[in-house]
Amino acid sequence: MMYLKAFLVGGLICMLAQLILDNTKFSPGHVLSGFTVAGGILGGLGFYDRLIDFAGAGASVPISSFGNALVKGALQEANTRGLVGVLTGMFEMTSTGIAAAIVFAFLTAVVFQPKS
Amino acid sequence: MAEKRLGYQTVRLASPPYIVGAAAVAGPMEAQGPLGHEFDQTYPDLLAGQQSFEKAERLMMQDACQLALKKAGVTGSPPEVDYFLAGDLLNQLITSTFSALPLAVPFLGLYGACSTFAESVGLGAMLIDGGYADRVLCATSSHNAASERQYRYPTEYGNQRKPYSQWTVTGAGAVVLAAAGSGPRITHVTVGKVADLGIKDPYNQGAAMAPAAVDTIDVHLKDTGRSVDYYDLIVTGDLARFGSQMAINLAADRNLYLGDRYQDCGVLIYDSEKQDVHSGGSGCACSAIVTCGHLLKEMSRGKIKRLLVVATGALLSPTSFQQGENIPAVAHAIAIEG
Repeated sequence: MMYLKAFLVGGLICMLAQLILDNTKFSPGHVLSGFTVAGGILGGLGFYDRLIDFAGAGASVPISSFGNALVKGALQEANTRGLVGVLTGMFEMTSTGIAAAIVFAFLTAVVFQPKS
Repeated sequence: MAEKRLGYQTVRLASPPYIVGAAAVAGPMEAQGPLGHEFDQTYPDLLAGQQSFEKAERLMMQDACQLALKKAGVTGSPPEVDYFLAGDLLNQLITSTFSALPLAVPFLGLYGACSTFAESVGLGAMLIDGGYADRVLCATSSHNAASERQYRYPTEYGNQRKPYSQWTVTGAGAVVLAAAGSGPRITHVTVGKVADLGIKDPYNQGAAMAPAAVDTIDVHLKDTGRSVDYYDLIVTGDLARFGSQMAINLAADRNLYLGDRYQDCGVLIYDSEKQDVHSGGSGCACSAIVTCGHLLKEMSRGKIKRLLVVATGALLSPTSFQQGENIPAVAHAIAIEG
């Protein structure tokens, strides 16, 4: 059942992005940052975690989850360390993803060369 | 008015220079297209044995120049040409400038986006007719992967292309113009004005360039007192399928019926059924290799006698479109008569 929910929610998020790309003048960059911000806003209001509880990877894999994690980390650290926590906490939960992106991009660039 | 000028934007060359040699080299996608057999040399992949796409483009321009010089019977090192006029799409014209280095002849770099082919040949013809040169080498190139990286997104980004987007042509075209010799002659040059119709989408260049192309064709015909029927073929550079249809409609609005005498190099170069190029070809090699590889050969076969090449350029930079500026366009026309 979880697989089905993940498939449907993840698919719907991607379909929304594809519809925006196909029917508006927004570029992939706009969609990328727009979904991150939207995830952040939904996360700040407490909705995104509930969506993850419902759909699992269907909600945690799309880029909107990254926005949610940024806001969630910032809010958690802000509770314990005050205003500075907003800055230090932002990358608390996202550091794995960012570090993985840098490391794998580096390894790929070292090994492969684009052919076309 | 200066004695060689006709009307507002056209010059009539008093002693029309000859195209004594022309060559076109092309990448793998173009080699598989309907004109593949017409190109003088093709490369099996986009790197062409080089370390980078930029170096591959440079090799292509140099190969095109050497082939054109050879066909023109121009020998010697440095080759016996008075000027090398060249342009490409890469920042600071690196393809042209680095190609000019081994040639070691006086060099002028040109940027007209995809209108560069007509710009270089037109200027070369004017230099010769003006008595400033006996022989001029003109070259134009573009490279799909190098251009995409600079103007839009690199391959690694995995971006989706819109249905009306065009495919930047990989290749280079070169011509040797001479005051004396044999071959088709450049008789008129119409230099276009920059036009802006408010297009902002860098994938929709055909729409940005169509009005400029129609304006230049219209002005050329008025300045010379010719009609569409005078030419066996009028080709635009790289409007592709959507842009060329738009040009036909815009021309009809001006009571100019292009009919079956009109074609577009961006449509001719690929097979839209079999090749995944969306709207068609673009890039400054598009008009260069279709003209040098195919149309000039059709002239020597006697199938075309009077040709008007209208190369169209979309004048954008990554900075200008990221800052929300419109994409203006320009089109230059050269009349080639056999």
